[in-house]
Amino acid sequence: MDSNENKELNNKNSDNNEYTNIKKYEKIVQKNQPKPNRKKHIILSFVVGGLICVIGEFFNNYFTKLGFSLLEASNATSIVLVFLGSFLTGLGLYDSIGKHAGAGSIVPITGFANSIVSSAMEFKSEGYIFGVAAKMFTIAGPVIVYGVCSSTIVGFIYFIFTR
Amino acid sequence: MKKKIGKQTYKFSLPININDTCSRVGPIEGEGPLKNYFHYIEQDDTLNEKTFEKAEHQFSIKTVMNLLEKSSTKKEDVDIYVAGDLLNQIITANATARDLSIPFWGIYNACASFCEGLQIASSMIDGGFFEKAVVSSTSHFSTAERQYRYPLELGTQAPPVSQRTVTGTGAVLLSKNGNGPYITHMTIGKVMDYNQDDPNNMGSAMAISACDTIYTHFRDTGFNIDDYDMILTGDLGKVGYNITIDYLKSQKNLDISGIYNDCGLLIYDLKSQDVMSGGSGAGCSASVFCSYIYSLMKEKKLNKILFCPTGALLSPVSTGQKDSIPCIAHAVTIENNPTL
Repeated sequence: MDSNENKELNNKNSDNNEYTNIKKYEKIVQKNQPKPNRKKHIILSFVVGGLICVIGEFFNNYFTKLGFSLLEASNATSIVLVFLGSFLTGLGLYDSIGKHAGAGSIVPITGFANSIVSSAMEFKSEGYIFGVAAKMFTIAGPVIVYGVCSSTIVGFIYFIFTR
Repeated sequence: MKKKIGKQTYKFSLPININDTCSRVGPIEGEGPLKNYFHYIEQDDTLNEKTFEKAEHQFSIKTVMNLLEKSSTKKEDVDIYVAGDLLNQIITANATARDLSIPFWGIYNACASFCEGLQIASSMIDGGFFEKAVVSSTSHFSTAERQYRYPLELGTQAPPVSQRTVTGTGAVLLSKNGNGPYITHMTIGKVMDYNQDDPNNMGSAMAISACDTIYTHFRDTGFNIDDYDMILTGDLGKVGYNITIDYLKSQKNLDISGIYNDCGLLIYDLKSQDVMSGGSGAGCSASVFCSYIYSLMKEKKLNKILFCPTGALLSPVSTGQKDSIPCIAHAVTIENNPTL
């Protein structure tokens, strides 16, 4: 932010004309931006995201019925959903779902699987070590890092307040 | 004879002849509105290669070889090959030049590379250095996605301002002699940066460079809008197209809306094809010019055009560091009946 402000200030001092030109241009750019179809996007992501959750719930119930404990059943459900996400990515179908569903297919665990498998597929051409293995987590990496960090912090807070 | 007119424009002392062109595109482009104009449409965008980078190289080399064949020109007779593409260190152009073994200048102006090549080759021919030159430029959807955006199979949603990188190549053969069309003027663009920093929104970033170059061209040459049959930008897409018209009209008092078009809008059908705001990439302006535009000029349906591709000079590093996007536009005048 700071450097941007400096830049604008410099522009203002050295070349007032340039600065007003940029402002005018920005106005024209703003005027000509297409509006995203939010209603459609929200409905689609709700439906698809909900559908993925329904599938998860179905497996969860199924595993509980088989006699799994609650924790075991949710683990098994995650495994199934990760498999499904990866499998659809491998078939080249998940990106078509994501194109329409947006956040609806990114946020669930299937989207997490998609981000890892798609990176691994993409960089296979650079070998199994520096391609697949090294680049596999380029997109999922931040999720893992901040997921672990925030769960540690939450766990710590929980520990302090429930002692 | 003085060749420079005004600040950034040059008039060639002899009109540079565009002897022949060749274009090759991928399957999506081949389903678009220009499908009857492309010389070669590939149904498989991997061209049976193991990687997309190798496929892009094949697009490039095959097109140049087809061009030489088509115009019955021997490799040995071509003095210079000028080429560019979008990949790091312009590897596609380099590999193509290796296979051709024609003396080579590799250039980079992103999506304006093709026009930069036309300008360089034309000036050198005009200066008497070269007799024959080949200019080409290539891009590939799948290699550009990997370099600038995300893995292909990642389920992301493209914003409506984004554009699809064209899979395609265009190549031209330039020389002193022939029956036209001719390149007669060129306006060399300045790098413009008006604080746009969204890498998904190239049209908004690049439009200002197109406006600047087009305006400068008319100011330098003294031409009127009516002198031209068409003003053609490279890959501004729908968003950049509207901004260009709007800005030139409101700020520069130049109404080009009647004759203005954009290669990124011509190559796809925006309604039925899933391309958001249109096409982009170094291959966009090259393949559209080498097919559709060149044949219209040959048929004399167009007699004088201003060809002004734009390029966004960003890199994944500059995007990561939140820099704004510097942009450039070069223009050449191409006409059938040049006045000497």
